[in-house]
Amino acid sequence: MVKDSQRHFDVLVIGAGPAGIAAAVRAAESSLSVALVDDNPRFGGQIWRGEFESGHDQNAVRWRDRLRGPEVTKLFGKRVFHQPEAGVLLAEGTDDLCELRYTNLVLATGARERFLPFPGWTLPNVMGAGGLQAMVKSGLPIRGKRVVVAGSGPLLLAIAAYLRRHGAEIPIICEQAPWSRLVRFGTRLAGYPRKIAQALQLKKELAGVPFVANSWPLAAHGGQTLDSVTILRNGKTEVIPCDYLACGFHLVPNTELQSLLGCQVSGGYVQVDNFQQTSVPRVFSAGEPTGIGGVELALVEGQIAGLAAAGVTASARKLFGERRRARRFAHLLDRTFRLRPELRSLSSAETIVCRCEDVPYSLLQEHRSWRAAKLQTRCGMGPCQGRVCGPATQFLFQWNPDSVRPPVFPARVESLAGLTRNAELEHSPMPGGSQ
Amino acid sequence: MPDSAPEALTVTVNGSPVVVSSGATVAVAVAIAGQACRTSVRGEPRGSLCGMGICFECRVSINGRPHCRSCQILCEPGMEVNTDG
Repeated sequence: MVKDSQRHFDVLVIGAGPAGIAAAVRAAESSLSVALVDDNPRFGGQIWRGEFESGHDQNAVRWRDRLRGPEVTKLFGKRVFHQPEAGVLLAEGTDDLCELRYTNLVLATGARERFLPFPGWTLPNVMGAGGLQAMVKSGLPIRGKRVVVAGSGPLLLAIAAYLRRHGAEIPIICEQAPWSRLVRFGTRLAGYPRKIAQALQLKKELAGVPFVANSWPLAAHGGQTLDSVTILRNGKTEVIPCDYLACGFHLVPNTELQSLLGCQVSGGYVQVDNFQQTSVPRVFSAGEPTGIGGVELALVEGQIAGLAAAGVTASARKLFGERRRARRFAHLLDRTFRLRPELRSLSSAETIVCRCEDVPYSLLQEHRSWRAAKLQTRCGMGPCQGRVCGPATQFLFQWNPDSVRPPVFPARVESLAGLTRNAELEHSPMPGGSQ
Repeated sequence: MPDSAPEALTVTVNGSPVVVSSGATVAVAVAIAGQACRTSVRGEPRGSLCGMGICFECRVSINGRPHCRSCQILCEPGMEVNTDG
């Protein structure tokens, strides 16, 4: 297949959330050719989804304005799925295939929510907390709907406040972390004035909404769609009627592309040096893939990566102090929202763990590794390629995820047909069939 | 809260017209229509989970092309969406 476009960039940035935008903006200050690529139809990533249009988030608006102008080539709706050779990435759009050549690469691939299986979690209207927020930001009417918000992490509060602002009724917010850890988290916030301001604002917006620690969903109920949720609250069960369950257990980084390129990933995070460079020369990574730390850390890491990729190391060095402070916050998040072991026993034997292939918990229990489970049950072999059940089984069974194979996302047959140069790909099974 | 009412447009979901605001994703149109996006291997109805193109639960057919991730595609006037996969 003839590629629709073939271009070279001095600095190619994948992922247009805060880290990627910061990297592209700072790299472009050096008059290099810079491109910013994202698979979504709009920029902003997950955390700034819709913020460029609404103008409510001053930080987002500031970076949006810095990104304006012709210095950065912006490619929306392009999903990178393969590296046929070093220095070349292939990306698929709705109807096209682009070959993106680079001298320096910044991977700012963000994070996704961690989902844990429990009975009923596959019912329609049981969604990720961030997932439901993304849908509402994308036009889903939520006014008058009852939404139970559950799981773990600071985003639960921000999402509940957002949904309430848009007319949803929030009967309860369930946080799995124990009070003792949340209180410690609260006292440590003293070192982060901006976070305190955010917390106070959220407290105001969520006045009257019960926030319960030591609490998590036990089951979701309904026929064709959700009608109620059983939660565990202070050791007692309670059934709450609702239209949606917005449930995410903090975040896991997206590191598949880094793994594909051979970057060292350890403990779930991409390993980087002081300049955000990975173990592969000229390949940088910034934001959540190197540690879940939120917008501030993403912005400073993105800037360092962009400056370093452009060769402006002196300016990058000036940001090391700011990054150190932001990383301390990332460690605090890790400690506070660590998952409690009780969550490992939420599934019943019949609970689906792999949603793509409908593999139940009982079939997985008997296996000793991710690889064995994949081969025997097809767990993780569907189109999501284990992005949902991988982190879940890692928590449930302490399995380590397998190596990543190309294509890193399911690609169209005609896109793959253009890759005759790559023998490995030709001999790899296509995850998810021929989508 | 949107500052001004966004323009509306119409798509069809399984043949029935659905009005969405301009800028809405196809996943939103399917949700407004009250439809599940796909039927799982064992026959369960499934809807959007992650909202960000990761989980593949929101796959639908758009204008005859199967397996489109509806959460990452914006509605266009007259688009024909089918929830058969």
